[in-house]
Amino acid sequence: MAYPNDRKYSSDHEWLLVEGDEATVGITDFAQDQLGAVVYVDLPAQGDSFSAGDAIGEVESVKSVSEIYLPVSGEVIAVNEALTDNPGTINEDAYDEGWIVRIRLNDPSEVDALLDAAGYEASLG
Amino acid sequence: MTDVATDGLQRTPLYDEHVQLGARMVPFAGYEMPVQYAGIPEEHRATRESVGIFDISHMAEFRVSDGSGGTAAKAWLQRMLTNDLDRIDDIGAAQYTLLLDDAGHIIDDLIVYNTGAEYLIIANASNRANDFAWLESHLDDGVQIVDESDRTALIAVQGPQSVDVVTELAGGADAWTAPERFHIAQATLDGTIPVLVARTGYTGEDGVELVVPNEAAPAVWRLLLSFPQVTPVGLGARDTLRLEMGYHLYGSDMDRTRNPIEAGLGWVCPKSKSGYSGADVVAAAREDGVAEKLVHLQVQGGIPREGYGVYDGDTQIGVIGSGSHSPTLCTGVATAYVPARYAEPGRELTVHIRKKVSPAVVVKPPFLKK
Repeated sequence: MAYPNDRKYSSDHEWLLVEGDEATVGITDFAQDQLGAVVYVDLPAQGDSFSAGDAIGEVESVKSVSEIYLPVSGEVIAVNEALTDNPGTINEDAYDEGWIVRIRLNDPSEVDALLDAAGYEASLG
Repeated sequence: MTDVATDGLQRTPLYDEHVQLGARMVPFAGYEMPVQYAGIPEEHRATRESVGIFDISHMAEFRVSDGSGGTAAKAWLQRMLTNDLDRIDDIGAAQYTLLLDDAGHIIDDLIVYNTGAEYLIIANASNRANDFAWLESHLDDGVQIVDESDRTALIAVQGPQSVDVVTELAGGADAWTAPERFHIAQATLDGTIPVLVARTGYTGEDGVELVVPNEAAPAVWRLLLSFPQVTPVGLGARDTLRLEMGYHLYGSDMDRTRNPIEAGLGWVCPKSKSGYSGADVVAAAREDGVAEKLVHLQVQGGIPREGYGVYDGDTQIGVIGSGSHSPTLCTGVATAYVPARYAEPGRELTVHIRKKVSPAVVVKPPFLKK
């Protein structure tokens, strides 16, 4: 499984691709593989604000459902609505087409506490 | 089925095969079983479109005989089981049936095969000990029941091309003819492996279940997988396949608190038959009606899972028993016991899927109309 070096990771299996004070958020290859084929996603609305650690939505497969946690605080500025009709995109392309939300970071320095690719991969054991 | 893993779970004779195939193993009914290989939707589709094979060796096999032509064994089973064994007097015939306690509650659902020399019963793994104890304690003189489960592996071969595959393994159409549906026959696979081939299953597809001695199970499994159209399928897709057909799962859709009429299994309890344990309760339930019935619910916008509430407006009227996602229909599919007045097909209800209120409609099974 792949963990691209251009982004940060949470121990709850989300990734963040940070660009200035914005970040794109998704779930990792490990997370999508553990879930199996995703059949529903529950997404937040544009404009919703969240604190670090809040659940912003859900991804659900036949086997199980897991919450998507936002590891930093911020406001949702875009939502990947295409996932509603094609939730399997998360399995096929977790790091690109399978993105979940884009947020404006309240405090870009919060990102520093997240794992890098090597750290995340090590955390998987 | 005698290997015992370190954590107390048993392993089927196919355990090593599953691990080699990269299966995700989970505890189920006291066994370490494969829940999936490539993925539930792919395995589900393979079974609907070509052939899926399933290790169901955890299931129990009992043999009932009387050493004198079967009359005593049949008479005894007639008193133990709800369905009418007169219907399977032809050698090789089989039927779905129920074992009830004296209160008419369901101890287990079973398939009984008339193999000629004896009756073969296939039962749920989780009920093996209960079933056997009940049957043994009610045994007639001159009738024997033997628990063959630890010596016997069971491999289901299901899907539109499954009979072609098994026929080829049995020597081709010139040498062997598959039994009709709900019948059982002998076969020799690959010229050396004697098996029983039952034209039964739990998927809604044509297919067979192979009763195989433990030691031959890995060879049969590999022979089956040597066909390019065959895909190994885990318990995950076994559940979505059976639920699309509305087939009952013991423990989720019925148990020791439900009678066959509540469970929608009156068709396995012929009106013409009496004298089996629980028969009076079944007759009364049929006559007087029941307070609650099992309904099949098609659900939009989420996956209804076991334990979620079923509502009429703000009033909770039931709880999801079986629930999953139908890979074929792309909707939620579920069962629940609800007050009988809600059981009419077309009745609109809701299921509370965590924070969401999802619309549900009562449908007549199967969900998947073929």
